[in-house]
Parts: sequence; structure tokens; C-alpha cells
Amino acid sequence: MSVASVMSGHAANTSQGTAGYALELRDVSKKFGALEALGGINMSVRPGERRAVLGSNGAGKTTLFNCVTGDFAPTTGAIRFFGEDITSFPAQERIRRGLRRTYQISLLFNGLTVFDNVYLACRGVSRGRFSFLRPGRGDALVQTAEELVEMVNLQDVRTTLVSDLSYGQQRQLEIAMALSGAPRFILFDEPAAGLSPTERAELVNILTGLPGHVGYIIIEHDMDVALRVSDMVTMMHNGRIFKEGKPAEIEEDPEVQALYLGGGHD
Amino acid sequence: MADITSTSAVRDRRETWLEQVPPAYWVLGIILLVIPAFVSPFFMFQIMGWTFILGIISLSLMFLGGYGGMVSLAQMAFAGFAGYMVAIFGDSAITNISQGWPWWLVIPLALLITVIFATAVGWLAVRTEGIYTIMITLAIAAAFFYFTRQNYEIFNGFQGFNSVLPPMLFGVDWRGPYAFYYLTLFWAVAGYAAVLYISRAPFGLALQGVRDNPRRMAALGYNVTAHRVAAYAFAGFLAGIGGILLTWQSSQISPGTVGIAPAIDILVIAVIGGLRHPIGPFIGALIYVILKTFAVDILIALGLAGERFQLVIGIGFLAIVFFSPDGILGLWEKFRASRNRDPLTGQERGDNPL
Repeated sequence: MSVASVMSGHAANTSQGTAGYALELRDVSKKFGALEALGGINMSVRPGERRAVLGSNGAGKTTLFNCVTGDFAPTTGAIRFFGEDITSFPAQERIRRGLRRTYQISLLFNGLTVFDNVYLACRGVSRGRFSFLRPGRGDALVQTAEELVEMVNLQDVRTTLVSDLSYGQQRQLEIAMALSGAPRFILFDEPAAGLSPTERAELVNILTGLPGHVGYIIIEHDMDVALRVSDMVTMMHNGRIFKEGKPAEIEEDPEVQALYLGGGHD
Repeated sequence: MADITSTSAVRDRRETWLEQVPPAYWVLGIILLVIPAFVSPFFMFQIMGWTFILGIISLSLMFLGGYGGMVSLAQMAFAGFAGYMVAIFGDSAITNISQGWPWWLVIPLALLITVIFATAVGWLAVRTEGIYTIMITLAIAAAFFYFTRQNYEIFNGFQGFNSVLPPMLFGVDWRGPYAFYYLTLFWAVAGYAAVLYISRAPFGLALQGVRDNPRRMAALGYNVTAHRVAAYAFAGFLAGIGGILLTWQSSQISPGTVGIAPAIDILVIAVIGGLRHPIGPFIGALIYVILKTFAVDILIALGLAGERFQLVIGIGFLAIVFFSPDGILGLWEKFRASRNRDPLTGQERGDNPL
């Protein structure tokens, strides 16, 4: 089952607010005491754009994600999502507006099954979160969850507890959960980490197969994956953006090579 | 653990709910229905009736702890609160306080006020986690105990209320041993079925998600605090039903019912039985009631002081927690797992060791 076909059925609200930028960060900074994890970040991502954020460990990439999703409140600056200022919104309000993310370390529900995890992700952005009634067989969210489980090739372990899954399967489940509901923009935090070469190829297929209206930012240390699935690349260093450009430009940039790709030693 | 659609979506033919009931449930159901023909009224009323009541109150703790990861020591306070409300709004021997309103108004009103009380307590308690939740709910239980003991205008102080009896509905004396047995059995089954059903409904699943990873649940669009508070409200409703039945069984409610020791007993019952499944609290309640009822006789028969019966309960509790932190249910699962394991290879039977 293709990614686009699964997601086309629940993307009714994707046309709204597509004018302007999907995600805008203006002078966003984040301090932890004396440590400045992010400093004056300005970034504009168009709807449907796929962008890679690269940088060494401690560059501030995950902190940037945490500020966008509401896990951290930025110290200064503003974050706009499809034109709406979401800087002060709690995490759940941002999710309901179509923002999704995966986590660097899998944050799954270990006591529940694979299907239950995906179903919870689908239900989280729908009505009936407090429902005391079990969904029927024909429930639309149940069907969507089944399709997402199948899409990431976890149908054989759909009733397996998450705690019994391999690391690679947990990463696949993270992807399925990020694609639930009607995502307009997804933040992927190192989705290829720990995956086998075969699983990485499958991941690339899933990312490149996303519907055109779904944009994303991907943090990835595997340059091969990152550059293949992105239209634009943002390089970060010490909590600041120091270079932006097309994947080919970034790959050839001597400063980037020196800092990140190791070419500076040549 | 079965997932939300394990009984439907993966099967070609949708089974009726009767077909989905495991055979063991049918056997247990038949035994519970016919057992009054073979045992004494004392056993019906005191052993089984009390077991079901304590099981319902402990079930409310199991719902919070097992599915929500929140261990509350305020469940007995909720139960006692509902009992007090029935005594205050309904009939009792304390006619200067009891209002004498009809049962059809008193019972829903008592449960409604109890749910509001539980919601307020939950609203406070969900701001804490782990040991602090236990402490704050224990503090609330203790505060309620001292308040009822010192307040004479509403709660009648130390004496509380006596002659609080169930209504004579359909011409039946519901405090008679057989009628009371079936009354408590009905509510125990209803509470058990409700908790089991809700555990796989969106609310129950979300609660388990909150237990496993609250941060991720917020990131999925859930209001974690609201879910936790709603769980307290539902648990308060369950405890309230148990509290009303408890008040009718002893025909009285007093501060002693809602003291610190009964609050901890509810936790002991839930832990002895196991917090993993709604059947656990009822198993724990049966063991607790049998120990509490017969420990004195056993101790005296052994030539020991009868008043040390709490020691027997404590030793039993220690033994179960030592050998199986998951209670009797944990022991049962270990037993099943060991039976399913090849004694030579240590592998699960049916698994290919290669």
C-alpha cells in the first residue's frame, strides 16, 4: 500500500492556510541557565517542503524540534505554523493543527500493542478521546490505523506488545504514528538511527512517497538518507544556523565539509 | 494483551458477545449463581458479600493504579463519603441530621457528590507522581477521617450514623443474606465488566498510554491532566457504589470506616490480588476477608493471642509481595509460563530453539 494512498483519505484540511510558510521561526532562542542551546534561529519552510537539518551532536537540532512541538518554551522569539502564532500553545494544540514529530529515542507505549499505539495516535487528533465506547469494526480510525500498520510493514506484529519489538520495528512504528491523523508538517528526529540497510531503504521509500502537501524537517546523521529525501538543507553549529542551500550545494560546500563531513582535513 | 480490535477486525466472522465470553467465566458464573444453595447465610452475607464490596472498592484503585499508574489511598475515603451521603440524605437512626429523602433520589445524588469529590481530589493529586501521589491521597484520606470525627453538625462526629438500610425495593429485604449476596454480586460483575470494557475503549487505552508515556500522549494531542482527572472521577464512582453497599451491609457508617487502616487495607487487597487485571482486586478481597474472618480462630486454635490477627494478614502480604510483586495474578502467570516451558531447554514450547 502506498503512503500517499493511505494519507490522501485523511488530508481534508490540508488546503487551508497553505499561503505563506508552513513553519516560520523568528529569532528563536533557548537558554538552559547559562547555556545557550539555540541562538537567534530564523527559518522559513514552505508548505510541502522537505528539509534536512544537519549538524554535529549538540548543535541544537533536537532542541529546535522541542521548541517547535511545545516540549520546550523558547526563551525568546516567535513560532508560526501556517500563519498562526503557536509560540504559547501547549503541545496538544499544535498537534491538532497538523504538526507531528518522531523522537530520537523511541517514546512508545510499551504496555500496549502495535495496533493500539497507532490507534491512539489516530484518536489523539480526532474527537472521542474520552469515549467509554469501544470502536466498532467499521470505525474509520480503526481502518486508518490498520492501513498505517500495513504501510510500515508491521502487520505481522500488530498484536505484539511494543516492548517485544526490535529496535528497527519500533522506529517503523514511530513513523506510522507520525503519519496518523491529517499531518501537514512532520518533524523526523533521526528516523534512520539503528536501522539496517534494508530498513533504511524502506524508510527512504516511505519518506519520498509522502503526499506532496505534507512537508517535513528531518534530522539525520546518515547523509545518504538525509540528502536523498530533502529539497533543502540547513546546517547548524553551536545552536545557530550557519548555512542553508540545496543538497548538492551543501555537499560541495568546503565549510560544511570541514565542519561536518570531515573534508577540512584534506 | 489483546488490542482494541483483537476480537473483531482480525476475524472473518464477528462473534456475538456471548461467544466471546471464555469458558472459565461461564463456570465461575454458574458457581457464583448456585453457591447460595450450598453454603450458610453467614458465608453468603459476611464472606462473599464483604468480598464483593471490598473487591469493588479495590477495583477502583486497580483502575487508577493498573491502567493509569496512579496509586491512590483515597479510595476508601470516596467509598465512605458515598456511605455518609446516603446516611445524610436518606434514612438513619440519627433523625435530626438524616433528611429521609427517597432512595431513588438519594443514591444518584450520593454518587454524583462522590464523583465531584473524587474529581476534586484527582485534580489535586494528578499534579504529583509516584510516592507523592500516595502521600497526598493519604493526607486527604486522613483529613477526611479527622473531619468526620470532629464534625457533629453534618457527619455526627465519632458516632456517625446507624440503621442505614437498603430500600425495600420490589418487596425484597435487600439486607437479607441471599438478597444481599445477589445485590453485591450484581454490582461486582457490573463493575468488573465495566472496567474490562473501558480498558479497551479509547478512554481506557488513552489512560494506559498516559501511564506508559505521558509526554508522548501530550505530543499526540491528548490532554494528559484531563484524562487523569477523569480516571479519578470514574474510580470515585466505582468506590462510591462499594461504599454504599458497605454502609448497607454494616447498617452504619462512622469515622472508623474511613480511617487510615481501612484506606491502607484497600491498597493491600489490590496488591495481593494484582493490579494487572480487574479480577485481581476480587481475588485479593477474598483472601483478605477469609484471613480477617478466620485468622483469630486459627491463632486461638494454635494457642496464640487472637488479637494478633493483623500479623497474619501482614505476613501473608509480605510473602505475596516477596514472591510475586504482581500479586496472585503474577504467581498465576509465572505458573502458566513455567508449564509452557520445556524443562530441558528452557525454551517456550513450540518455539524453535534454532
